[in-house]
Amino acid sequence: MSTGTADRHDAPAESGVNYLNASYGIRSWLLTFDHKRIGLLYLASITVMFLVGGIAAVLMRIHLIAPQGALFEPETYNKMFSTHGIIMVFFFLVPSIPATLGNFLIPLMIGARDVAFPKLNLLSWYVFITGAALALIATLSGGVDTGWTFYPPYSSMYSHSNVVLVALGVFIAGFSSILTGLNFIVTIHKMRAPGMTWFRLPLFIWAMYATSLIFVLGTPVIAITVFLLGLERILHVGIFDPAVGGDPLLFQHMFWFYSHPAVYIMILPGMGVVSELITAFSRKKIFGYSFVAFSSLSIAVISFIVWGHHMFVTGQSIYAGLVFSVLSFLVAIPSAVKVFNWTATLYKGSISYEAPMLYALGFIGLFTIGGLTGLFLASLATDVHVNGTYFVVAHFHYVMVGGAVMAYLGGIHFWWPKITGRLYPDMWARISAAIIFIGFNLTFFPQFMLGYLGMPRRYAVYPAEFQVLNVMSSAGASILGIGYVIPLVYLIWSMRYGPVAGANPWKAKGLEWTIPSPPPTENFAEIPIVTEDAYNYPVAEAHKYPNVPGVARV
Amino acid sequence: MAAHGAHPPGFAHQFETIEQQREAGTLGMWTFLVTEILFFGGMFTAYIVYRELHLESFITGSHLLKVQFGATNTAVLIFSSLTMALAIRAAQTGKSKGQIIMWLVLTMILGAAFIGIKLRYEWYADYVEGIIPTVSWSYAGPHAAGVKMFMCFYFFMTGLHALHMVVGLGILTVLVIMTARNRFSAEYYAPLEISGLYWHFVDIVWIFLFPLLYLIGGRYPGS
Repeated sequence: MSTGTADRHDAPAESGVNYLNASYGIRSWLLTFDHKRIGLLYLASITVMFLVGGIAAVLMRIHLIAPQGALFEPETYNKMFSTHGIIMVFFFLVPSIPATLGNFLIPLMIGARDVAFPKLNLLSWYVFITGAALALIATLSGGVDTGWTFYPPYSSMYSHSNVVLVALGVFIAGFSSILTGLNFIVTIHKMRAPGMTWFRLPLFIWAMYATSLIFVLGTPVIAITVFLLGLERILHVGIFDPAVGGDPLLFQHMFWFYSHPAVYIMILPGMGVVSELITAFSRKKIFGYSFVAFSSLSIAVISFIVWGHHMFVTGQSIYAGLVFSVLSFLVAIPSAVKVFNWTATLYKGSISYEAPMLYALGFIGLFTIGGLTGLFLASLATDVHVNGTYFVVAHFHYVMVGGAVMAYLGGIHFWWPKITGRLYPDMWARISAAIIFIGFNLTFFPQFMLGYLGMPRRYAVYPAEFQVLNVMSSAGASILGIGYVIPLVYLIWSMRYGPVAGANPWKAKGLEWTIPSPPPTENFAEIPIVTEDAYNYPVAEAHKYPNVPGVARV
Repeated sequence: MAAHGAHPPGFAHQFETIEQQREAGTLGMWTFLVTEILFFGGMFTAYIVYRELHLESFITGSHLLKVQFGATNTAVLIFSSLTMALAIRAAQTGKSKGQIIMWLVLTMILGAAFIGIKLRYEWYADYVEGIIPTVSWSYAGPHAAGVKMFMCFYFFMTGLHALHMVVGLGILTVLVIMTARNRFSAEYYAPLEISGLYWHFVDIVWIFLFPLLYLIGGRYPGS
């Protein structure tokens, strides 16, 4: 791909010094400025958060096996779904792909030695850990029962749970997002290798850029919002409480001004990962590069003008509702552009079904269902019917779990050989991808039906006629749980016992595959000079330009 | 490729050239200032919404503020932006480090004066008058609930602004030390320039806060 490092392909990478064995000891990790190590610090910490949020989810699903509730008092159930939502949204999904794969890959993909501000990068991890610790302490010392949305005046005046501590955790973790986003924006603008023009960037970079824009534009607003909420709760001054002249709808406006774009913080990086996986395993150039790149940016832009669709039944003006409804439909356009372009990329590709590809294909299917049901919710009349039901729960789990988590796992599997230098057992990876796909659908498809039939979300008890669908959902959740544990086991196993991967086990394109696995601390012995477009896979090129010399076949 | 031999102090390994480092730092600060605009923007939005909802109360509350000290502080801050700009200019044109330090210290004095005036003649006086919600509240005039909300926003907004001033004073202290240690030259003065952006931003926030809190709302009869 590049002249600078082309001759390093066959170098005995594993014998050399790399970022993992360059120094040892806990200090060398906790004080590292290396973007690759910081990515791994994030990987470890968000895996812990994922387990905590996952345990809460499992307990909820066990509870809902019986119509009267199998495990908890209703108050405990409230704390359980609040914990699940808060941990999963703010401490797993938001940082998931950006903070792990983004940190690890952005400098490698653009041909840089590190991000623009390595110290700031480490600081952002410590800020995240502080916020996460506060949230965990609050959870363990009694929990919080407001739901992840913290709507006042319940949260600010009436709830007897640890609202302030959790809000403080979310507030602090927000600054971690801001610092990460700022770092990525500057890195992508200023640190690209010579010849790495904007339209030669891998689409993962475009997606991370769009995500970073939302980080820096949205997160400050949620920070100031939970700050005001905390002040109202601590000082008992009227801001959102209508009893003293406040306006609870203002909180909702400000909350969703961030939290709707935050949905795209979760899905845009996944879309970036899928663009990489689809091209690598179809051995084809992406169909319509610039459309896919600009669709990321337009999703980021549109995401800021649709927040009102969360508030159709709150009493906001019906005309505002109409406008927000129309604007929300616009998001479908860039989203569909991506799905169509991935499909077109597959067309006549040399497709192979390694584990990362299975996750990518699963992503496309599940995201499509999640996206299309989003249109039901963007329609005013339909939304009035299904608002606040399990239909909404199923919709956003198709996007966030079926979409974002599938892409996250696909990305982890794809770049695992680069991160660790080792291969995992591909058969187990394929089996777990299949288990996750089946378990996921069994968990959440019945919830579409439950919601359409009228079962409200967040209730600890439900009428007996909903039991069959709830038991199906709970059974699916246990399958899904097994599907998540298997990769945890074989990935950790592979770090020590997996076969050595080599620099480029997938024969994929991209600067990160031109250097040894694991990469050396400085990434590139010499900064590469980029001379070609992204995804310049040889077969497609050979078809297109049969007489161009130097286009090697695989 | 940059020669990794002769580079100025402060050159970081991840960059290829000092120019790239300067551009990255500047873009980083501008991006940070955008996040700050959104951060203050949330509060400004809430203020504007409640001003519409409780117009009479907010006008009454506005009259409780000490406009003469607010105006004095506005002038103090604008002068501090001038001295900050002169400090950068001195570095850019290769003046002695004594000159740079002089302008920086002047900026610090003006910044400290702003905070001093705010504390002594505004917040302390408010405390004595009993118009600080929760801390000291004995207001018994018209629109008590709405005035309380106005004062809440006044203290949140000016408090957040003052916090940024204190951070700015910390940054200026570091800059003075760096200047004294000969870290800057006509070729490399990026930290001064980038910190200047921050200082001017905090200044501009006040330029918006002052009319919003002190001036609009018919302070003078007939206006």
